[in-house]
Amino acid sequence: MNAILKREIRAYFDSLIGYIYITAFFAGSGILFSVSSLQYGSTDMSGMYSGLFYILLVLIPILTMRTLSEEKRQKTDQLLLTAPISLTSLVLGKFVAAMLIYSIGVCMTIVYATVVSFFGAVSWLTVFGNVVGLLLLGAAYIAVGMLISSLTENQVIAAIGGFAAMLVLYLISAIATIIPVDWIARIFTELSFAERYSPFTYGVFDFSNVLFFISATVIFLFLTIRVLERRRWS
Amino acid sequence: MIEVKNLVKTYGDKRAVAGISFKANDGEILGFLGPNGAGKSTTMNILTGYLSSTSGEAYINGHDILEDPIAAKREIGYLPEFPPLYLDMTVKEYLYFVYELRGCRLPRNTHLKEICELVKIDNVYNRRINNLSKGYKQRVGLAQALVGNPNVLILDEPTVGLDPKQIIEIRTLIKKLGKNHTVILSSHILSEVQAVCDRIVVINQGKIVADDTADNLSRELTADHKLIARIDGPKDEVIKLVQTIPGVVSIVADMQRERGVWEYNIEAVEGTDIRRELNRRLMSRNWYILGLRSSELSLEDIFLKLTMGESVNEFLADKADDLEERYKEEE
Repeated sequence: MNAILKREIRAYFDSLIGYIYITAFFAGSGILFSVSSLQYGSTDMSGMYSGLFYILLVLIPILTMRTLSEEKRQKTDQLLLTAPISLTSLVLGKFVAAMLIYSIGVCMTIVYATVVSFFGAVSWLTVFGNVVGLLLLGAAYIAVGMLISSLTENQVIAAIGGFAAMLVLYLISAIATIIPVDWIARIFTELSFAERYSPFTYGVFDFSNVLFFISATVIFLFLTIRVLERRRWS
Repeated sequence: MIEVKNLVKTYGDKRAVAGISFKANDGEILGFLGPNGAGKSTTMNILTGYLSSTSGEAYINGHDILEDPIAAKREIGYLPEFPPLYLDMTVKEYLYFVYELRGCRLPRNTHLKEICELVKIDNVYNRRINNLSKGYKQRVGLAQALVGNPNVLILDEPTVGLDPKQIIEIRTLIKKLGKNHTVILSSHILSEVQAVCDRIVVINQGKIVADDTADNLSRELTADHKLIARIDGPKDEVIKLVQTIPGVVSIVADMQRERGVWEYNIEAVEGTDIRRELNRRLMSRNWYILGLRSSELSLEDIFLKLTMGESVNEFLADKADDLEERYKEEE
């Protein structure tokens, strides 16, 4: 797993994707931060954190698009799949690498909070709650993106497919509002990433939401492993 | 040691591998010979755990590749048909990665240095793989398979894309490795497997059509009765003369190689040697043989021979007639 992890992190910065992601994240969060906090002279950063949800919708697919599709296209998956490592450690290595790059962006929001703290009282618990929420949301999104990437050989399709999948997971609560059958609507709302994430931005740290994102991550990583496994049998 | 029992792989309703069984012993170089699409790569991909077989078993040094894949994979060095290279890495970074990936415990720098010297890539050690020639890429792929000194080497067409000098170097290297490794290598070139392998498994359309030592097989497959001769003399008369030699089935003028010198494909009845008689008769007319060699069987002929048995001679005779007719038409 270590070898994969190291190789992935290197690849992020060799292929510019790492830089592009970090730049875009800093730019996006920076704009949101100045518009929602600095302009009002407020230390309340919930505006930025809830806005980031939409930025991640676009940025995470960029981060995950090449993870597995590129290996297949370059035939390097033959090296990885015939090496004495398990599929789980292969997928986890790639997941952890993407998480680390992702975290670089997320940690930037702590810097914003630190800057604001010089001018007023910052509710640090809320900030850390938000960071945890952002990390959990990112983990689940990365797992989704990797699953899509494992299904294709084409990076662009992986990116667009990842974006579409995340959009559906986001819109699922909007769809729920037009479903007349009450219990189905309820299930849809419960599964919505947006509904699960927004409590974090209000400063509500609900353990069931934490569990939701962890479960989603595990399920999508598991599916990714199954896709790789299945490919051997087809 | 590699043991394969009744391996089957189907893609949809196409059978890529249809019940293959063979065994490769320690210190043996086993050649996998077959045309493109015969199922060579599929078999190798199953042996290395990249694909799963539809049914059948494969053991690498006693480890079942399906039941105990990690232990089996630890024993294997694999060079696939397309070397699995990360083009954005240098040779050094790539080999370091493979070293770690395989969880190798040998002293890293000396081990990798040895491999690089062995496959002669030490002079490009710090270059990006993307910028290397096809021959170098192939050798980096081979180096990758040697990392960790695995007992079993599986090489899928290892000399493709190399120039003749490199081919000889790689063949010598494989022979050397074969002394203390089990090697399976695939090729669609008969002379290559003959030059390198102790044993040859011929495979066609997913089935084994021959499994024998290289010597036995080549004895069976040489064609002493089919000659290619370069004769200095008037073409039509040469043809008439040669046709009168007892045992000659057909003679076809191929093309003019030098002024007045034509190349002929001569076929005699199997088992007869007409070379001396050919010499004598041509000498008596003061025509000269400038070159004489027995024609090698093409892979196509081998499969015909191995799969059709006796009826193949008739088929080849028909083929010779066709050629002759075509030649006459052209005239």
